[in-house]
Amino acid sequence: MADNILVMSNITKEFPGVKALDNVNLQVKRGSIHALVGENGAGKSTLMNVLSGTYPVGSYTGTIEYDGKLCEFKQLRDSENFGIVIVHQELALIPELSIGENMFLGNERKGFLGIDWDETFSQAEKHMIQVGLKESPTTLIKDIGTGKQQLVEIAKALSKNVKLLILDEPTSSLNEVDAKMLLDLLLEFKKQGMTSIMISHKLNEIAYVADEITVLRDGATIETIDNTNRNIDEARIIKGMVGRDLSDRFPSRKHSVSDEVSLQVSDWCVQHPLYREKRIVNNVSFKVHKGEVVGFSGLQGAGRTELAMSVFGKSYGNDITGSIEISGKKVHLSNPKEAIDHGMAYVTEDRKGNGLILSDSIAINTTMARIKKICNKFGVIDIDKENNVAGEYVKKLNTKTPSVQQKLGNLSGGNQQKVLLSKWMFADSEILILDEPTRGIDVGAKYEIYCIINDLVAQGKSVVMISSEMPELLGMCDRIYVMNNGEIVQESNAKDATQESIMKAILDSEKKEKADKETVAS
Amino acid sequence: MSEKAKALKNRNSSAGSILKKYSMVIALVVVFVFFTLLTEGRLILPQNLSNLLLQNAYVLVLGCGMLLCILTGGNVDLSIGSTVCLIGALATQMLANTGLPAILIIVISIAIAGVIGIAQGWLIGYVHIPPFICTLAGMFLFRGLGRVVLDSKTIPIQNQLYLDIFTRYINIPGIDTEDLKVSAIIFGVLAAIIVTAGTILGRIKKRKNGYAMENGTLAYIRVALIDALIVVYSIQLANYKGISVMLLWIIAVILIYAYITSKTAFGRTFYAVGGNEKATKLSGIDPRRVYFSAYLSMSLMAGLSGLLVAARIGSVNGDSGSSYEMDAIGSCFIGGASAYGGSGSVVGIVIGAILLGTINQGMSIYGLDNNWQYVVKGVVLLLAVVFDVVSNHKTGKS
Repeated sequence: MADNILVMSNITKEFPGVKALDNVNLQVKRGSIHALVGENGAGKSTLMNVLSGTYPVGSYTGTIEYDGKLCEFKQLRDSENFGIVIVHQELALIPELSIGENMFLGNERKGFLGIDWDETFSQAEKHMIQVGLKESPTTLIKDIGTGKQQLVEIAKALSKNVKLLILDEPTSSLNEVDAKMLLDLLLEFKKQGMTSIMISHKLNEIAYVADEITVLRDGATIETIDNTNRNIDEARIIKGMVGRDLSDRFPSRKHSVSDEVSLQVSDWCVQHPLYREKRIVNNVSFKVHKGEVVGFSGLQGAGRTELAMSVFGKSYGNDITGSIEISGKKVHLSNPKEAIDHGMAYVTEDRKGNGLILSDSIAINTTMARIKKICNKFGVIDIDKENNVAGEYVKKLNTKTPSVQQKLGNLSGGNQQKVLLSKWMFADSEILILDEPTRGIDVGAKYEIYCIINDLVAQGKSVVMISSEMPELLGMCDRIYVMNNGEIVQESNAKDATQESIMKAILDSEKKEKADKETVAS
Repeated sequence: MSEKAKALKNRNSSAGSILKKYSMVIALVVVFVFFTLLTEGRLILPQNLSNLLLQNAYVLVLGCGMLLCILTGGNVDLSIGSTVCLIGALATQMLANTGLPAILIIVISIAIAGVIGIAQGWLIGYVHIPPFICTLAGMFLFRGLGRVVLDSKTIPIQNQLYLDIFTRYINIPGIDTEDLKVSAIIFGVLAAIIVTAGTILGRIKKRKNGYAMENGTLAYIRVALIDALIVVYSIQLANYKGISVMLLWIIAVILIYAYITSKTAFGRTFYAVGGNEKATKLSGIDPRRVYFSAYLSMSLMAGLSGLLVAARIGSVNGDSGSSYEMDAIGSCFIGGASAYGGSGSVVGIVIGAILLGTINQGMSIYGLDNNWQYVVKGVVLLLAVVFDVVSNHKTGKS
């Protein structure tokens, strides 16, 4: 019999009125990397919360056997004492504290009087070396990027003597390079004998690192697939997740790009909002035709979001120069309202932070960007009409909700994203800038979002799509711009581009930049 | 959790959500009945019922203004108690020492309140001074100025026109008698008819356009209860002096604010900024204007309260309006406004203010001393906010 470090048997967890987990079984082999996949709401996080004691023993039925012993965790700390540590999707770090302080938060190294800072920082450094994080332990969290913050979380887990590391969507906010580094780190840990469970939507990553893949659907285990030979087919996983064949990951579309240019941005330069001498976007020019999907690829920090937001009514940056033409006419957009009035939409990558009001209903969020459409000339809202149009969008986009009065906070990520798209479709946008439109949503919902994008361009609208997932850009776009360090380094037709050609463009420009710097220095 | 399961969960908790929606109404009824029994019915004597609203006029008016500030993100205006004093002081001094007509003095006073509002709104909205600090400064500043204007004296108001505009009881010769002011009953019945007609017309319009409708029985039961309440209250008023002009002022302010917050695009911007300021900005709404409007409206209401209070008391002194801001803030939070902004309603504030007023008056009639009233106020406020936070936590809003 295989040596299992963890056996969860017949786990059933009910919330009022809902069975979140229904007789779930999970077996994890010692020293392996085990992937947990499933659509949003399939019960992956719930299962991990049961394991970690976030849901205490008694609130679920079934048994957890860890290291051959039956375990009953009453709280998070109980499971941590056994070396089970979860790194959550949303990083729980305090920006104003240093890396070292964050790593030992709640687990402080105590000295004779209070905290022993020397011990804290030297321990922190030890674990930071293990994860390959080259920073000083006294650096503040707010001064390092998301990729490094993720490493801090893992180093923090190591400091708790982790034996079973659980990662919930560890790469969702990382770019491809950082993500690859993280995955290699997991493989390295595996060599040293650590066991990991990884929850992820990114199937290529799972295929790359996982030894075994357990598929959950609607709160039940569907199957466990073996991947020790690293030869799993992504379509095979998808089939298990959605319960049907998803033959095409991208819906087909008639490419009917018009000659008419709807948006032309020329010589666009943007300075950092706080550090004015720092140039974030440097001399960028690009155009979008009617009926065209234009992609922006690049690493995180390449300046794509900053470019998009600065074009959208100067909502980012300082000292912006350059010109914008919309349908051939030169325009000055000095605030988001003017951009909206000119038919522009910026669909943010951060739907919770910048896009939606989670405490308000679907109806209110839908009409927010152009509420005038449902008002009379005195600004009085026709609430009935509002509910009706919101209902139409719910139907059109297949948003799953009991009613348009539902609060956004109660919807899943994919459905929130649909409401965000509704909001900008309702605003009569002709040019939609979609920033990471499929981040953190499951395969089924992704496909639906792609269909919506295709519908939009079929109606003659223009779409700018910023994405860190290259297959998505290659599958959806007509043309792709590649950005690096605030500049456009390549423009190509999507059908000529490959992941390799895009990566090459980025790396070449990195090299050139370095060479330039050296020339300047010497 | 799957979508279907979520839908199911919502349906299951709908009875609970009705209970939650009307929890403050239920609390008010409980408190009211309790004090009626405690005072052996004296609470519901016509005179006491009439005073219940008039004595709390300032809370209702200030609460409406405060709601907009709180909606923008739990921000409060601490200066309004002092503004009440300053505007009252200016008005009484003008009444006493200038020959200007009372109406002009009222307009000037409100305009000065507007200037205060513009200054604070500009500092908070456009200069980004934290509201707490900005209005704390205003609290000291206007209190001081008010006392300077009064020269540390108590100034009585003798101008009859001014008093009539705010405190006169409506008395229509011919139909009103000394014992029964029939005009109050007529007014009440008219109000009830308007409420009923509004509901029916709204439902007809919805049916015509094929919009979703609320359960009819529920809607009509609610209307019937509201109508009954209005008529009973107006009968009680008819038995004691009739309707005061001040009541009309209160009703006007409440209706205007209720309309703005629930029916207009302008009103919705306050909820939006409090819900998510960044998203609001990216949706083409300028948050700076929203803050500015909130604090401008607040100061205007403080000015109006200053005039109302001065007229009701009949004089102004250096302590007029002390801690009124706390009553307004308290009634907002008791009425269910979120301490983090983004949710709250005028109806809630009216209930919150009447709840506080009932407790105050009930205890006064019972003969409990003033100090205990503070204790009870504190406990009620705490309970209301704890209830709000805990029930929100249960329904999943962080």
